[in-house]
Amino acid sequence: MLPKAEPDRPFAEPWHAQVFALTHALAAAGHFTWPEWAAHFSRALEQAEDAGGPTDGSDYYDVWLAALEAFLIETRFADPAQLKDLQEAWTTAYLTTPHGEPVELPGRGEGSEFAMRDTGAAG
Amino acid sequence: MTKKPHHEHTHVHSLLPSDPALRAKAIETLLVEKGLVDPEAVDALVDVFSNEIGPQNGAQVVARAWRDPDYRARLLADGTAAIAELGFSGMQGEHMVAVENSADTHNVVVCTLCSCYPWPVLGLPPVWYKSPEYRARLVREPRAVLDEFGVRLPEDIELRVWDSTAEIRYLVIPQRPAGTEAMSEAELAALVTRDSMIGTGFALSPEAG
Repeated sequence: MLPKAEPDRPFAEPWHAQVFALTHALAAAGHFTWPEWAAHFSRALEQAEDAGGPTDGSDYYDVWLAALEAFLIETRFADPAQLKDLQEAWTTAYLTTPHGEPVELPGRGEGSEFAMRDTGAAG
Repeated sequence: MTKKPHHEHTHVHSLLPSDPALRAKAIETLLVEKGLVDPEAVDALVDVFSNEIGPQNGAQVVARAWRDPDYRARLLADGTAAIAELGFSGMQGEHMVAVENSADTHNVVVCTLCSCYPWPVLGLPPVWYKSPEYRARLVREPRAVLDEFGVRLPEDIELRVWDSTAEIRYLVIPQRPAGTEAMSEAELAALVTRDSMIGTGFALSPEAG
């Protein structure tokens, strides 16, 4: 029952790759150590399991995403309002960009090129 | 990058990504705008984990160890250094330890706390490796779990379960299959499966490979 047929792709969804790589990039840049992240993420996995989450690993990246948000807030790299505003800004951008055109956040300043780019990895 | 303003709205708007995808975008935008991560480094990491690293790296390490006794000795003595000889090194400075299967010992790897895995040699773990079920049961009833993977071990084989951590990652060196004495390193590497390097499988026999 354990081994299941799995897709060959390392990441099932582009956002899985995005949160995984962002966490690695933060650690590589020295903002925290990997063991610090692993300890935080381990607790999040345990809590998800205790809360009756699936036992097949299917919620793994959902837990990762929520753990990363909480970790960034805890370490004061982000605050909840900023994250919520940006999520809303992205939502608006998607809903107002004609299909087929690049989705971008309006009015972003210097260094925003990446944020404005809807790449496969960020998709 | 200069973009044309969107005056017209003659087409249907872009498909709205899922809630988690939008939250991930929000995180990335915030981190990039604060200068905490370099977007090119993020792209490069996605590329490395998606395309460059995977079990083919570990298979090369195992095949080399099978053919070269000196390399095998170095691998067992200092996994991190021996693996780096082949150009594979840790993303987060994790320490690599190679554990070798033999006629009387079988090794199998788990991460009971999260999903620590020897990325440089195996890439990303399969979903089952990350599942609470595998993480809990492999320690509690390893033989039953291995049985489900088709790894049936005689009772007199010693079974060693290695619990990975953020600092130490294990690579299993499976037993070299019989009838492979004349094979090249590349031919041998083709017999080394991902699961055989986790310990939830065996290397393929030449007929099957």
